[in-house]
Amino acid sequence: MMRGLPVKTQILTLIVILSNVLGNLALSLGMKSQAAAAAVPAYLVYVRAFLNPLVIAGVTLLTVWMLSRMALMSWADLSYVLPVTSLGYVLTAAMGKFFLAESISGRRWIGTFLIVAGTLLVSFTVPKTQRQPV
Amino acid sequence: MNQWLLVGLIVISTTVGDLLQSLEMKRHGEIDALTPRGMAAQLNAIARRPLLLWAIGCMAVSFFAFMLLLSIADLSFAVPATAASYVVETLLAKLILKEHVDSFRWAGTVLVAAGVAILAV
Repeated sequence: MMRGLPVKTQILTLIVILSNVLGNLALSLGMKSQAAAAAVPAYLVYVRAFLNPLVIAGVTLLTVWMLSRMALMSWADLSYVLPVTSLGYVLTAAMGKFFLAESISGRRWIGTFLIVAGTLLVSFTVPKTQRQPV
Repeated sequence: MNQWLLVGLIVISTTVGDLLQSLEMKRHGEIDALTPRGMAAQLNAIARRPLLLWAIGCMAVSFFAFMLLLSIADLSFAVPATAASYVVETLLAKLILKEHVDSFRWAGTVLVAAGVAILAV
């Protein structure tokens, strides 16, 4: 899927996928270390969370993800962006398994792959179908 | 808090946010300015769109709820479960934005729905 594309597109695609997956991982690690504080009021959980370096790293990476995805979409086809970034679902599950010691049931893998398959199908369709302004 | 309650909140706020965003960006028209000056002018015009502020508010709610969900649920559950928003968004894109959803898109949406349903049962 990556071969034959400009280097600029390949690099940005990698940034989009990695920032999403690593951002989710960092956010998850950070928020899980907060779980003990779940009994205190919600706003305190957030105050504490935003002092956590892993949460800060997660939020930063997810900001990079949003901006790089917008940039990629500004020149690459949505029908390229959609399937290639849906790889993130599978990589996220792998991160959960290897770094968060989550046990992923067969059902959860099937669910994840069904979602990726769904995204692939949508990518076969024409991105813009509407010509009149709303 | 129940994890499915949080998934519901995330799906609703994501859906409303994306819907408002799509509506306002289409009213604004296509963005084709690629120079820094042109982009600044575009951003300025976009910032004055009233519904867009609501869209940003919805995205903030969605993100904070996602943080809370990650503190109580597995990452490998949270990410696919919130994909349910694809399904709701496709339905509302058809009903509210009057987009044409062809059979490939419906099939894709059904697959995503099946994936989320498998997590739920």
